Amino acid sequence: MNFFKRTIPLTIAFIMGVMMAFQYYVPHEASQSLLKVVTRWGITIAGFAVFIGVYSLFHLHWNKIKRKVPGWGYSTFVFFGAGITIIFGLYNGGEFFLNDKQEGTMFDWMYFNVQVPAGATMFSILAFFMASAAYRTFRARTGEATILLIAAVIVMLGRVPVGALIWEYLPPLADWIMSVPNMAAKRGILIGVSIGAIATSLRIIFGIERAYLGGGD
Amino acid sequence: MYKIFFTFFLSILLLHNSSTFAVEGNKLIPPSDFQAFDTPDDDGKSISLRWPSSPTESAEVEYVVYASLRKDGPFITEALRINSNTMYEEGSDSNLHYVEIKPEKFFSKKSDVTGGRSDYFFKLVMMSNPENVEVKKIASAAPEGNWFNWKKLNNFIIMIAFSALVLLFIEHAKKNPNLYLRKISGLDAIDDALGRATEMGKPVLFVHGLNGMGSISTIAAVNILGKIAIRVAEYDTTLKVSNIDPIVLSVSQEVVKESYLEAGRPDAYVEDNVFMAASEQFPYVAAVSGIMIREKTAANFFMGYFYAESLILAETGASTGAIQIAATDSYTQLPFFITTCDYTLIGEELYAASAYLSREPLLLGSLRAQDVAKGIIITALVLGAVLATIGVGFISFIFKAS
Repeated sequence: MNFFKRTIPLTIAFIMGVMMAFQYYVPHEASQSLLKVVTRWGITIAGFAVFIGVYSLFHLHWNKIKRKVPGWGYSTFVFFGAGITIIFGLYNGGEFFLNDKQEGTMFDWMYFNVQVPAGATMFSILAFFMASAAYRTFRARTGEATILLIAAVIVMLGRVPVGALIWEYLPPLADWIMSVPNMAAKRGILIGVSIGAIATSLRIIFGIERAYLGGGD
Repeated sequence: MYKIFFTFFLSILLLHNSSTFAVEGNKLIPPSDFQAFDTPDDDGKSISLRWPSSPTESAEVEYVVYASLRKDGPFITEALRINSNTMYEEGSDSNLHYVEIKPEKFFSKKSDVTGGRSDYFFKLVMMSNPENVEVKKIASAAPEGNWFNWKKLNNFIIMIAFSALVLLFIEHAKKNPNLYLRKISGLDAIDDALGRATEMGKPVLFVHGLNGMGSISTIAAVNILGKIAIRVAEYDTTLKVSNIDPIVLSVSQEVVKESYLEAGRPDAYVEDNVFMAASEQFPYVAAVSGIMIREKTAANFFMGYFYAESLILAETGASTGAIQIAATDSYTQLPFFITTCDYTLIGEELYAASAYLSREPLLLGSLRAQDVAKGIIITALVLGAVLATIGVGFISFIFKAS
């Protein structure tokens, strides 16, 4: 059992990891074809994995309905929404699912008039949360918070026309904050992230990091 | 005085007119050379063309390249048409033109194959309506694929050197298992957060980022999930794991299940607690925010790569009074997590978490290698800045990306 759960996955990780690392340096057509094939495998696996996701979602909400947990009525909307989407998707504007996807069907209508506005509504909440988070952060209780507050005020005012009216040096000062201290911090984080990502990749390729297989190390 | 001024004015007028006559009288002068060669470091589908600039180049003059499968033509397939004062070779100070063309675009099937090489022939014509002049030389080349991209040699050497460094420190860690590791408060706080959730009798929520299993940050998040799941199983509290990607869901289910097994509590594992919340960004936000508010989770972990949803999730969690620990390598979202979470693991700390929590010498060795690599890069940056300031720029070529 350990052979199937440990040895084979670790061997695959090693072979594919080394192969794809070297593939980056080989521009030959054979190498590019290999990349295409592996990418296609990924897409195919992801396609099948959708069924696992759908099963998990349905199973979770079906159990909620069955056990009548508080708020179980909301779970019925999962089946209702999924049901009509699947029906209109398969109906495909009268052309049915064996033909290419048709434009302007009920399926599209539901996407553009239900899902997109609902997503936009969630996104719009961000503006309010940003204000509340900013209020909490900008209470200048510590030295760092004070610096953050001053920098934020300069950048915010420097990015709007009224900033230049208040003080002509505000826009260039805001640009300087963004392009020098902000950029320096960003690049510092990026260098750390890149080295960390390479080290993590090597740990996985050489089988040192095994926690992703489950069951600790 | 009047005569002197008149003579000066007349001479300027004559000079101007004579120069105008000289330009108008010029014929197009074709480039003195025309070369075609296999594009280096490519997949074998491209041919490079290079020719020196002509003194009669202008915005009104065009270069047209015709291609043929035979040396004697006919040259009727137009492979390229550019303004004559464009497409200069990098670093040639506008003295050379350089273009790469893909013959496959013009010739679907190669018919002229000699000696195993399939040559393409090119003719360069300089056009300015109504005048056309062509370069007499017919250039030819055959595209060939390369097995190594020499432009990435510096990258390759650095990759090998860093890999060797990691392996070296792993070997070193085997002999000296007590490596010093700086304190990471966010990871030390995991036990406190889980303990609080246990005392309160409320669940722990682990929120995956939006990226799939192909992302290193997701793999790192799964590694941390395994460690958290073991502690949760030991404390006998509830762990909920929300997913947006079905593959991450499958891996997370397996990892949590194995962790419960390792903790000796396989009976406590509930499959529905590791669930698919939604498959898109904002439905995911709505689902996870709903769980936080309805179930009043005592500890929230946001691990992985996040986008615009980070602040909505973390601010919702903060409003419920949960202890929140975030870890992400998405630098654009870091300020939001730092603002709203109790602890935030910045960038590489996310990758270091697994090693930090397990304290396994082999993993700790690779962390030490990371620190050494960072030291080398900082030294190179400082040295490069000093050398560039005094006019020595070779160090920038060492780190040049192709």
